Formats: sequence, structure tokens, C-alpha cells
Amino acid sequence: MVYRHWLDFEKPVEEIAKKIEELKSFQAEGATRHADEIAKLEKKAKGLLKDIYAKLTPSQVTLVARHPDRPYTLDYVQNIFDDFIELHGDRCFRDDPAIAGGVARLDGEPVVVIGQQKGRNTKDKVLRNFGMPHPEGYRKALRLMELAERFGKPVFTFIDTPGAYPGIGAEERGQSEAIATNLLVMSRLKVPVIATVIGEGGSGGALAIGVADKVIMLEFSTYSVISPEGCAAILWKDGSKADLAAKALKIEAAELQKLGVIDKIVKEPIGGAHREPETAFRNLKAALTSTLKELKSLDKESLIEARYKKFRSMGVFSEPKIY
Amino acid sequence: MIWFKKDILTNGDEGKSVKVPIGLWVKCEHCGEIIYKKEVERNLDVCPKCNYHFRISANARLNIVMDEGSFKEFDSHMEPIDGLDFRDLKKYKDRIKSSQKETRLKDAIVTGKGTINGERACVAVFEFSFMGGSMGSVVGEKIARAVEKAIEERCGVVIFSSSGGARMQESILSLMQMAKTSAALAKLKEAGLPYISVVTDPTMGGVTASFAMLGDVIIAEPRALVGFAGPRVIAETIRQKLPEGFQRAEYLLDHGMIDMIVERKLLKDTLSRLLSMLSQNEG
Repeated sequence: MVYRHWLDFEKPVEEIAKKIEELKSFQAEGATRHADEIAKLEKKAKGLLKDIYAKLTPSQVTLVARHPDRPYTLDYVQNIFDDFIELHGDRCFRDDPAIAGGVARLDGEPVVVIGQQKGRNTKDKVLRNFGMPHPEGYRKALRLMELAERFGKPVFTFIDTPGAYPGIGAEERGQSEAIATNLLVMSRLKVPVIATVIGEGGSGGALAIGVADKVIMLEFSTYSVISPEGCAAILWKDGSKADLAAKALKIEAAELQKLGVIDKIVKEPIGGAHREPETAFRNLKAALTSTLKELKSLDKESLIEARYKKFRSMGVFSEPKIY
Repeated sequence: MIWFKKDILTNGDEGKSVKVPIGLWVKCEHCGEIIYKKEVERNLDVCPKCNYHFRISANARLNIVMDEGSFKEFDSHMEPIDGLDFRDLKKYKDRIKSSQKETRLKDAIVTGKGTINGERACVAVFEFSFMGGSMGSVVGEKIARAVEKAIEERCGVVIFSSSGGARMQESILSLMQMAKTSAALAKLKEAGLPYISVVTDPTMGGVTASFAMLGDVIIAEPRALVGFAGPRVIAETIRQKLPEGFQRAEYLLDHGMIDMIVERKLLKDTLSRLLSMLSQNEG
């Protein structure tokens, strides 16, 4: 149980973990009498972690969703799918490493996978632009989705982005148009589309690969119109009020399911996907497989009509009848 | 913009006061000139000195573009609901109430059908003064319905955008309106009907990144600010000075993002000419 990054609210568990490490090092030196205590402490740590994660606040969930050890798109792709061949470029300007995609097999069946990709170390983070796509990324995603449609392959997208990149080049090359076109094309795609929010679902950058027949969220991921920090800066005129904004925005999976925005929540291992990635991969794979099976029972027309109705019915308003 | 905000009382004879009407003069935001308000109004709310296009209300826009007496409003009673019980410094419910009182509209958009120099169209017009023209569920729903109506009646769609983007007080539901409106426009496209997007100052965020950029033809008003991320956010992120005229209509035209910039006085004719040329030969 040695983790590189402990979150502030995990402190009590971190302390027990340190103690366990200490006892283990004694043990390595030949002492054997600590085994019982280690087992006891490990049980305690696990229980404590479970308790903490059972009542995370929205801003704590945000931290888990952004956890630097959390599995990223390519981790899920490599562990859920086989025979992944990455495809590159928008055929127009460049290849955007903030979105990765290609063809792969899910239990033998060829599919297309696309997702925002964050970097693990500093160099990689910069290369991936922290998972914030440029227009080229959305256009690469669009190209791959159209490829999937042409060959009748289902599309799996993995959402993990703070949002679109606020930069000069991104604006000059039309990120608005790129996002908008994806929304339009995805709404009519003639193949099943399954989106999973695996970490941060940040605004338009997330939705640009999120217009799907079924939208799944990992338990500790978030999906929001704006980051809590951004929202606080605008509405509270104070970026430090992010806690309040996170709560008001209702960015957690359970809240979003109540609002009808997402269809399914996939359980994460205790303490988050990064603690037991294998379990997270297994859980998500099961969900993806069963969801695809469900969608394949629909013919093309019903699939597209159901997708249209799904997004068409989102929102709340009142309509008093006037006689 | 209003120079004399309050009624000005001038001392007349024998203590009798003469009232000067509210806002008789306006100051141009661009050139700073003080102009007689009537003169600006006669000029379609465009500065007669520097051609600056003032932001105008949905109602004024309809008067400029639609044939007199042709406009029939859709869904005029649809109202926003505070579905998330959202509260920032103020309650969303209170923000709705005060905007409704101020604008005498239910939300930030007016939709309906009518004719533009005889060309039939379903139109949607933003009201920027209603919570910054932000898009929540009502805006998305009314646009989607107007587009569906156009498919039913086989006519084109014109949307006049002026919006700060998605309405944060409706959180994720606002984001989903981007998908809803774009999906409706995809159907319009399949039906072979034209959609003209008119972007006016300012059009930002989720509105730009959905229907505003999906027009078969995209028209901007002169100097309109149009983009996804706001200029201040970009400047703060990259810590660089933004290029001259960044995200303005003229800049967008240079970068190939829009088809044309049309002055307000030519807008109606341009729209009707395009609509007539882009409709299918039917029956």
C-alpha cells in the first residue's frame, strides 16, 4: 500500500500505511513478531479508507477524478481491449496528442476507441497538453468516428479532460466549429456509441466525444459544464470558493444519473481506481460488454432515434397552459 | 450607455418643472461620441459616426428583420425552472425573477415563424440582457422546437445569437442543450433545409460551440466578438498579449471561420436572398 500521492483527506490512512511500512522493514530485518500487527493495521487502513470514500464531498471527488495515479484512457484501452492500433492525425493540420484513438478488439470484435489522454510525467503532461484538446483533436476523433461508421464498428469513447484549451491557436483554428460538428455528426452516427467518463468530464471538450447512446461514469469521476474553480471565479467572483461551486454544480455520478444525463455508474475499487487498477479495468470491461450487447439488439434507425430522444429530452422547464 | 439615467428636472417658470425623457442621449461605446438617441434608433441602433453596432433587444432585431405583422411567436409561456436548487451569491430563482421583470421575457430567447421579404423561416433571437443571453434548458428546448417546426413546415431556420454561453446555474443541463440543439440541426440538414446563423456581439462558449457555428452560412455583424473561450481567460492562461482584433468578426473572416460580415441595414435583404437561393426546388 505505498502510493506516491496521498490526498489531504486520506491523511489518517496514510499514517497507518507509514506505520505498516515501518513494521515491514523491521520484519525484513528478521523480526517476525509484527505479522499480526501488520495484518491488523492493514485491515484498519482498509476500513478507514472505505469509510472516507463512502462520504466524499463533491470537491474531494474532484480531487480523486484528477488523481495523478488514476488510470488514463490508454490504460483502459490496453487493459480492456486487444490488438490496439493507434491512428493519428486530423489530415488537416497536425496530430493532437491530447486525444488518442484507433482500432482495437473487444473480446475479438473489432471496434473504434477514442479518448482524451493525460500525461504521467512532466514531459508527457506537456506533450498531452494536460488532456486539453485542440481543434485537431476533435477532428481526429471525428475522422475515427466516421471511419467506424463506414465499416460498421461500434465506437467507445473515454472522457478525461479539464476542458477545451483556452489558447490563441485553438480559437484561430476553430475549436467552436470542431466541437459543434462533432455534436452534430455524433447525433446521427449509424453505429453504437458508448461514452465513459473515466476522470474529469470538463465542459465542451468532454461533450465533443460524449454524444453517445449510453453514457457511463466511473464512480469517482466528474462531469460538468465548467470546472468548480472557473464557476467560483465567475459566479462567486472568488476562485477559492470552488468547494461551494462543486457542491452547487452537482458534478458527481449519482447526481448526474438523477438528472438523466448519464445512464450507468461503474463501481470503483475502495479508495479509487488507481489503488486497484485491475479491478477498475475488469468492472468497466463488464459494463462496456453488456452495454454493447444491449445496443446491438437495436436496428440502425431505432438506435439513432433513441439517441435523438435521449438528448432531446434533457433539461427542465415549465410550460403553463394558457387557455 | 444611457447618458441621462434619471429624469432630469429643469426649473421652469413659477416652480413648474419640465421633464426631459429618460435616456435622450447615448454615448457610443466604440467612438465615445454623444449622440441623440432618436438618431441612433433611426439608424437601426448603429452609431452614425463610427458604424458601431449596438447590442439590440430580441424585439428590435425582429422588427428589423421580419416582415411587418408576419411574426408568430412559439412557446411564449415556457419558463425556466431552478432544477438544481442553485445558489451562488444570489439564488437562481431570484436571478430569473429579476431578469424577467427587467426584460419582460420569460427567458433569454424569442422563437417563432414569419417571413423575411416574403421568404418563410423559423427564427430564434437571443435577448442578451436576460442573464447575458445564457443558454439553459428553455433556450435549448425552444431552439430545438423551432428547428423541428421548420422541418415540419419545410422552411429554413435563422438563429441570431448573442450569448455569454451555457448558463452555469443549470449546470450540466445547460451543457446538454449543446447536444440537443446540434442534434435538431442534424435532422434539419438531413431534411435538406437551410440554416443561417447570425452571430452578433457577443457570442461565446457553448452557444458558439454548438448551433452558432453550424450554419450552412454564418453571418457576423461588424466587430462582433465571437469565440469559445473568453479573451480574458485566454490571456490569463497563456500569459501573452492577444493579437489585435482577436475573436472579432473581421478576424474570424480572415481565418475562414465565417462567410461574411453584414451591416445591420443590409441584413434583412442578405437573409432573404440567401434563403431564396438555398431552398430546394420543391413540387
